[in-house]
Amino acid sequence: MRYAETGFNLEIDLATGNIERVETDPKMMETHLGGLGTSVKIHWDRVPPEVKPFDAENLLIFSTGLFNGTPAFSANRTVVTFVSPQSNLLAYPMMGGFWSAELKYAGYDKVIFRNKSPKWVYLWIHNDKVELRDASHLQGKGALETQDLIRKELKEPRAQVAAIGLAGENRCFTASIEQSRSSASRLGGGAIMGDKKIKAIAVRGTKDVNLARGAEFMEHMKGVTEYINYRNANPIPDVMTILSGIGSPQEMVHTDEKWHTENFAWGNARVRRKDFWSKENEANWVTTQLGTVKRLISCYNCPQHCGGLVSYQGGPYYMMKCFGKLTYCMAAYVDDLGFNFRILNRATEYGVDSFSTPQILAFAVELYEAGILTDKDFEGTSTYEACPSDKEGRFFWLLDRVARREGIGDILADGVYYAARAIGKGAEVFDHNTVKKHEQLPLKLGMMDPLYYLMYSTNEKISITQIEGQWPQTPFPTMEQREAFVKDWPQLPDDHFKQYLLDWELRGENANPYYPTPQMAAEIVDWMEMLHNIDDAVCICAGMSSFCLKPPYHIHNYPKLISAATGMDLDEAGLKKIVNRSRNLHRAFNNRRGMTRADEKPPEDHWKKRFPELEEQILSTYYKFKGWNMNGIPTREKLEELDLGYVAEDLEKRGILKDGQD
Amino acid sequence: MAKIKKKIKTIKIDADKCNGCRGCEIICSAFHANPQYSSNNPARSRIQVITNRLENKWLPVFAGEYAPAECMGRDKYVIDGKEYDECDFCRASCPSRDLFKEPDSGLPLKCDMCESDPPLEKPMCVQICLNDVLTYEEREEEVDEDVKLEDVEVGLESMVTKYGLQKVLDTVARMSQKD
Repeated sequence: MRYAETGFNLEIDLATGNIERVETDPKMMETHLGGLGTSVKIHWDRVPPEVKPFDAENLLIFSTGLFNGTPAFSANRTVVTFVSPQSNLLAYPMMGGFWSAELKYAGYDKVIFRNKSPKWVYLWIHNDKVELRDASHLQGKGALETQDLIRKELKEPRAQVAAIGLAGENRCFTASIEQSRSSASRLGGGAIMGDKKIKAIAVRGTKDVNLARGAEFMEHMKGVTEYINYRNANPIPDVMTILSGIGSPQEMVHTDEKWHTENFAWGNARVRRKDFWSKENEANWVTTQLGTVKRLISCYNCPQHCGGLVSYQGGPYYMMKCFGKLTYCMAAYVDDLGFNFRILNRATEYGVDSFSTPQILAFAVELYEAGILTDKDFEGTSTYEACPSDKEGRFFWLLDRVARREGIGDILADGVYYAARAIGKGAEVFDHNTVKKHEQLPLKLGMMDPLYYLMYSTNEKISITQIEGQWPQTPFPTMEQREAFVKDWPQLPDDHFKQYLLDWELRGENANPYYPTPQMAAEIVDWMEMLHNIDDAVCICAGMSSFCLKPPYHIHNYPKLISAATGMDLDEAGLKKIVNRSRNLHRAFNNRRGMTRADEKPPEDHWKKRFPELEEQILSTYYKFKGWNMNGIPTREKLEELDLGYVAEDLEKRGILKDGQD
Repeated sequence: MAKIKKKIKTIKIDADKCNGCRGCEIICSAFHANPQYSSNNPARSRIQVITNRLENKWLPVFAGEYAPAECMGRDKYVIDGKEYDECDFCRASCPSRDLFKEPDSGLPLKCDMCESDPPLEKPMCVQICLNDVLTYEEREEEVDEDVKLEDVEVGLESMVTKYGLQKVLDTVARMSQKD
């Protein structure tokens, strides 16, 4: 019997329609755990660097993790992996919702798609019965609409469905995969689904997911449960509201948006409006949100309330989460929150990433205002009207064009990086907020921060806000506050981190940009990445772990939970080694596709005050700490230490890793 | 029939607080697994959260008595403008639907309030619901004395109703010969 995992993957060849249930090697769990870890291994083995994002050979993998379907709170992530059309690197956007547990109850750990279907299909998985069904009647339907249509068609109200909308069908680079209240949004997974002509994947499962030592697992979960209750009742003092709790940012619960609206940049990541949160705007926003969020909801087996079921002024219900509440308002310079609720409904049905898409629309507006795009680009045709001139109408119009790839939208749909180069005429300088061709959050700050410098530059996630979390964003002003914070910090991987925090000052020598020192920064970032990689292997939501300060899951209880669930006897060092292996394999995969040190830098204008020499030193120190050479490639020594000698050989054969280079 | 004091166990369901996470379903299946907590499968759960997210419906329902036949008529409820499907509020394990049946054998499931030795302070679903949707209450009532069926009997009774006593006896006899 297999524990925590089901031991079977589904292999779908879309070109022939062949479906196989393939037993997996139990050794894979010992070396790569599951989730992102085992998916990266499959991509490494089967997708050579010549494969382009829209080639038939690009694999699209939907993966569960070790904890989905178990009583572990908040184990509800699905990891979607593919070579991204935006970054040309191995992307792994994740969704919460209900899909992964259902797939494991159906008896599978992963669904692996290869090649392309000649016609529109959706995959229906019902325990042992798995079939590709015609989806021609679903073409053009919304991503949420499709989920319910499929449930009705199958007469399976309990089926969980992940679907794309029109944006995915049209291979927009910011197309998302929508599922229940969640979505896998970054880096164009929806476009790859659309390219393969998969409209949706529906699953219903009624089988058992087994645990090796279930009673012991539940004993460890008691501690997790107690901590969740404790933290929900005792928010962390002296930090911003949004960082004080657990769960993904509680944007549906909190109405106070002073911090986001005044510190994040409006427009195409341009302007900080330091006086936005006036009495009048506050009143409007609070009333609008309270009147629109009809219910606070969660993902599978999670006690938190990160999602909202919303209906704006009697409009249709849809579900929203997180920062998507404000992105369209801020990008369009619209002060009325109602606009965001209205346009996000349409955007969700189109299935687009609510972080990068509004930035693309704002970029188009900027180009128009600069005279680079002209009225001609905003003309109507026989099928649609010309672009309205008001801010809100303009954004709706641009969203329609992008999702439908009509007119200027066809160029914009490839994201800011590629659109800027296609448009030319100086548009390139308006691409000022991307890392590795991927749009970043609209944040423009003052003083370079060594931790964020590293996270922006180096992480395989590329979407920076999904990597931070374990370390406070700013130092505490008083020693009293610092002492109180470090006193109650069971999540720390090692006690010596306490001193780093105690010595961290707002100003002076021990402040940004020189403190945390390059060595400390490398250690702290390594810790955050390690925890993210564990989360992504077991598919626990980062909101209950790596993404928050003082979370219920951490490096000290994870090995116990994983051991009890799987039957492997894993200690902290063993677990760290596995996820380190996964991270290095992921990096090697990206290096093999051409990623080097030259690609590892934050947007130039991210901070006003930059320190080129110091930044190079921070990056070099981090590379050294990680066991990578000065070009950001894992060394043979490091790879061998992680039992990845075969990777070193491959990199050497390709001339990516050179003899004696360290 | 003699009167006896009976402990009435109630789970009060505040459906308005339900965030739809279905944690109750998982823990129910895990608690009733054999050995306990060895496996998880919400299809075996004796509580089911009936949801339709885009219609804003959230309804935890506990498995009640086994019903050998469908109802002669059906009810449809409209509450706060929301129309609930036929049978949504019903607790029965019945031929009209696949709810509250073991997915492999089809045998009926019934909530037993997690009766166990030593007894739990509260049923597991109540313990695990951190949003206070489920509240456990106990009171004593005087009731007629009744014979309580064991789990196996509940299952067998439904098999007898479905296939007839003789067929079940024959099958059991044949199976015991094989062993």
